[in-house]
Amino acid sequence: MRIWTIFKKEMLLYFTSPVAYVVFTFFLLILGYFFYSIFAFYNLTSMQAAMNPAFARDLNIIDAVMRPLFSNTGIILLFFMPMLTMRLFAEEKRSGTIELLLTFPVRDSEVLLGKFAAAMGLFLMLLGFTALYPGIVGYFARAEWGPLLSGYLGLVLLGGAFLAVGVLISSLTENQIVAGFATFGVLLGFWVIGWSADLVGGGWRTLFQYLSILEHLDNFGKGVIDTRDVVYYLSVIVLALFLTMRSLESKRWRG
Amino acid sequence: MIQVDRLTKQYGPVTAIRDVSFRVEKGEIVGFLGPNGAGKTTAMRILSCFMPATGGTARVAGYDVFSQSLEVRKRIGYLPENVPLYLEMSVAAYLEFVAEIKGVGRSERKRRVAEVMDRCDIADVQQRLIGKLSKGYRQRVGLAQALVNDPDVLILDEPTIGLDPVQIAEIRALIKSLAGQHTVILSTHILPEVSMVCQGVIIINRGRIVARGSLDRLAEEFFPTSRIQLQIVGPGDAVGAALRQIPGILRIEQEAMGDGVWLYLVESTRGRDVRAHIAQLVVERRWELLELHQEGMSLEEVFLRVVAGEEYAADASELRGEA
Repeated sequence: MRIWTIFKKEMLLYFTSPVAYVVFTFFLLILGYFFYSIFAFYNLTSMQAAMNPAFARDLNIIDAVMRPLFSNTGIILLFFMPMLTMRLFAEEKRSGTIELLLTFPVRDSEVLLGKFAAAMGLFLMLLGFTALYPGIVGYFARAEWGPLLSGYLGLVLLGGAFLAVGVLISSLTENQIVAGFATFGVLLGFWVIGWSADLVGGGWRTLFQYLSILEHLDNFGKGVIDTRDVVYYLSVIVLALFLTMRSLESKRWRG
Repeated sequence: MIQVDRLTKQYGPVTAIRDVSFRVEKGEIVGFLGPNGAGKTTAMRILSCFMPATGGTARVAGYDVFSQSLEVRKRIGYLPENVPLYLEMSVAAYLEFVAEIKGVGRSERKRRVAEVMDRCDIADVQQRLIGKLSKGYRQRVGLAQALVNDPDVLILDEPTIGLDPVQIAEIRALIKSLAGQHTVILSTHILPEVSMVCQGVIIINRGRIVARGSLDRLAEEFFPTSRIQLQIVGPGDAVGAALRQIPGILRIEQEAMGDGVWLYLVESTRGRDVRAHIAQLVVERRWELLELHQEGMSLEEVFLRVVAGEEYAADASELRGEA
């Protein structure tokens, strides 16, 4: 029950400060721009395809619009998610409110889950706004709902992993800016590590590809829910939250 | 209500408090007094379960602060130094949040919040954001927050720091009104605060308790004699000699003030009032008594004696190579 209390408080703080509004505005502006260009390009190709029936057979709106849009969303999230989590613990530590929070009759795990749930809740709201795009796609063309839903599942898992890493890093510093940039740096590292997979051979290649945080999103966009991808994201979330617990507990014994 | 036994806290090589033991009974208001950096905040943070001790035990309301921390935290109200609050929240929303997280039932939450707002005199600012409030109001919100679950024990770290004199008086009156129903432990480095608000005092210096007791008892312990200041017009030395004859008087210092006026500082055994004798003597000899005044044992003097004595002893032992 106390998780809910923490959740409500964090939500209130998101919306009483400009953070939520700024993130929402720019995320949706940028994603809207991406959607527009991808959709317009698809429009162009399909007109060309009208003259070439063989080509038109392979044209699929989910594959051509939603899949690239999902992977673009993943990249934009990588830039925006650190801003949702950087405040969570760092600000409490800087202002000293953590001292009161941790002396309230509430477990560290409840504090952590409440905060994570609030970040997740805000992220789901954000994702809810993007439902407009598949809506438009579905209005103009016959869309398959399976790959759409699995694509969203992938985004939810991806965002969850981003947020969990952000919460962890926020618990390690008193400075929001440091928390934000360190989170961004770590996530970026987990993205670009996939690029070097082609340069190394053998087991390293597999490892690098597996570690690459955006690589796992692609399958979801295709409509494939692979347990390897699900396990990857879930283990990032669980590991990051577990380490955050340790980091919170260390406050108690380190003083 | 609070039992502390040989509590020690080390930050790396630095010992913040060492072997601190004391008890606070139910309904008592006890002042934790010490110079800055004496270890007051450390002791408060351990009692409030914010951080564990390196050694020793502490029990609050019958529960161990380390192994039964949640039980303790349900029964305390804590006001940390500098009053950390969520500045973007309104007073009412903040207090509702604290009440909820402290487990005040949904049905009585509104009533409790209204009650503490009333008690701390912040009802008129309840819709304002905490960040927009003055220091005095924030302090009261902090106190309201500590009181909202009607805790058995209140732990207040420097509750009047940074306030103006009027606000200080208000906060002190508020704390004083808590005696009886709540056990209060408050830290301060302001001496008059303790004598005004608290029944007992614990003096802490360099991480150790150097004195503990009621104010009267401390005065007795550290001032075994009482002092009287006299101004008499008369033959100086003869007056001094006559005063020495009065039973109970241990020591006299005299000083000429000019115009035949003499100043005497008289030390007598505590508990034996020699003032009547002195007055009688002066009248019999037809001298003139200008002033007779018993010097109060201010806490300030107790404190200075205790802390200075400690430091003197510590320095001496350091010189001997013991510390």
